[in-house]
Amino acid sequence: MRGADLELVHVTKTYGTSTAVDAIDLRIPNGAYCCLLGPSGCGKTSTLRMIAGHEAVTSGDIAIGALNVTNLPPAKRGTAMMFQSYALFPHLTCLDNVAFSLKMKGVGKSVRRAKAHEFLSLVAMDAYAQRYPAQLSGGQQQRVALARALITEPQVLLLDEPLSALDPFLRIKMRAELRRLQRQLGIVFVHVTHSQDEAMALADLVVVMNAGRIEQAGSPREVFNEPKTEFVARFIGGHNIIKRDGDAIAVRADRMVLTPGTNAGADALTGTVRSIEYLGMHVHLGLESAFAPDLFAVIPDDRFKLQPLQTGEVVGIAWADAEAHRIAPSA
Amino acid sequence: MAALAAETPSGQAPGGFFARFTAPALPGWLQAAPLAIVFGLFFVLPLIFVTVVSFWDYNDYEIIPSFTVRSYVETFEGCIDQFPDLCTILQTYVSTLKFCIIVWASTLVIGFTVAYFLAFHVRSLKWQIALTLLCTIPFWTSNVIRMISWIPLLGRNGLVNDALVSLHLVREPVGWLLYSQFSVVLAFIHLFTFFMIVPIFNSMARIDHRLVEAAYDAGASGWQTLWNVVIPLSKPGIVIGSIFVVTIVMGDFVTVGVMGGQQIASAGKIISTRLDALQFPPAAANAVIVLGITLVIINLLTRLVDIRREL
Repeated sequence: MRGADLELVHVTKTYGTSTAVDAIDLRIPNGAYCCLLGPSGCGKTSTLRMIAGHEAVTSGDIAIGALNVTNLPPAKRGTAMMFQSYALFPHLTCLDNVAFSLKMKGVGKSVRRAKAHEFLSLVAMDAYAQRYPAQLSGGQQQRVALARALITEPQVLLLDEPLSALDPFLRIKMRAELRRLQRQLGIVFVHVTHSQDEAMALADLVVVMNAGRIEQAGSPREVFNEPKTEFVARFIGGHNIIKRDGDAIAVRADRMVLTPGTNAGADALTGTVRSIEYLGMHVHLGLESAFAPDLFAVIPDDRFKLQPLQTGEVVGIAWADAEAHRIAPSA
Repeated sequence: MAALAAETPSGQAPGGFFARFTAPALPGWLQAAPLAIVFGLFFVLPLIFVTVVSFWDYNDYEIIPSFTVRSYVETFEGCIDQFPDLCTILQTYVSTLKFCIIVWASTLVIGFTVAYFLAFHVRSLKWQIALTLLCTIPFWTSNVIRMISWIPLLGRNGLVNDALVSLHLVREPVGWLLYSQFSVVLAFIHLFTFFMIVPIFNSMARIDHRLVEAAYDAGASGWQTLWNVVIPLSKPGIVIGSIFVVTIVMGDFVTVGVMGGQQIASAGKIISTRLDALQFPPAAANAVIVLGITLVIINLLTRLVDIRREL
């Protein structure tokens, strides 16, 4: 299957007086897995629905490949959408659900059924072709929904919180399958999620959104290692935000260096251990300090064992200069 | 363990039986009992009695409880001789069926359209409720007043005819507006469209709007979505509404009588005429025939959709 780049230029969506999406620019290269990440109400779903053509763009343009699709209906865009909770037709079998778009195009019954079988096989659901959606588990419904979306041979597949309806175990399994399928098809996947784990595990391009704007877009490693704003550092998690002299920096919690006692060095900060949680592979320490009220450090289990700490103990807190990233404080 | 194993096989059957009908189900049975008793005493029992009486004999002044098919035979008397022409009784049934089909088709189209509007275009629940209540307005007056009210509207000197004449659309007042098949159908539609709207709206309100979006996403046009998604998912409501309309129209004799100017025969009218003449067995026989026809129609309708599954 052939793919295409997806580009958003100054895309804005307003509902009455409130702005859901505020002039965002984004370019997703062909073959990339992009996750739109953010809290609810950040505009990620509106963005996805505008790309899909289910929401009119207030201003700005959306292009897929060389085609400006801003005002085209969904089926003419080369996009396909997988809806949250899947929206399978309850009165149709899996086979007819998958064959639906071909039926709408007027493809004959035998041809469209053969093609539907092919796409059900792609998601390993061919054995369930004659079942109705209500007879399937959540994970199976999702596979059928995926087949239904893919049968239109889209250049861009849009997934609206595809994993949120699944239990945690299945979520991780389906996550891997989505990634495998995306690699196999080589098309753009745009996946909306509020789970940073999901975005980190899946994406080539993580787009962190907040209040209708893109806070940061980059590879998962970039976003996690060098959060540009306080919002990103907080939302992505695993970071301490330290504000001093009007500057704000983010330091990864697993890069905090703790030394027992206050004599860690002239430059070092001090704090008190407030909580210790043993989490198996590592130990999570809650710290209280004069310069930041709620710091935390994550220390590998073996290192903690060599240098155990007690709650109430005063420790020196430090980090390598390279670990400190200047962040823009959130508005 | 041994005691348990020994007890289970013998204890299971009666235990299971009673468990099913007493312990957990008792409140359920009690809840269903009042309506079941009312139905049994005042619906099932009379129906059985009507069926029994339809096979009784009668003369000018009494009913004779002896088995005979006389009432049925007399009902269709002369029908075979007149074949292929339709005898009066068959003409009456055909006319009733015709009303039934016209009214059913009209209320279905109008009811479906209104329900679609309410379910898919009126987004706020408040307006949905308000507009649904608006549909009940025909029921705010009594049947008699409602029927009389048609006269100043549809009569020879009624508002409609006045308007048609003064607009020079017709030269003289139109006669078929009142006391005609037209007025009968109009009165039926006016009343019974509501019985279509409510169940169809109820089915449609349960359709997830994302399904419509999914159809649009798959390239379906508005009509394709209607035909492939909305109508199949509204089927339970369509069938329930159809049952209401069909049964009412099949048994009606008041509306046909009044709006038809007592000139149009109907299945219900036959029964009422026989009753007026105190000929109970033939009246009962005709009631059983109408019941049979109605049940056949309902059976055909329910084949389209399994109502039990949908409720």
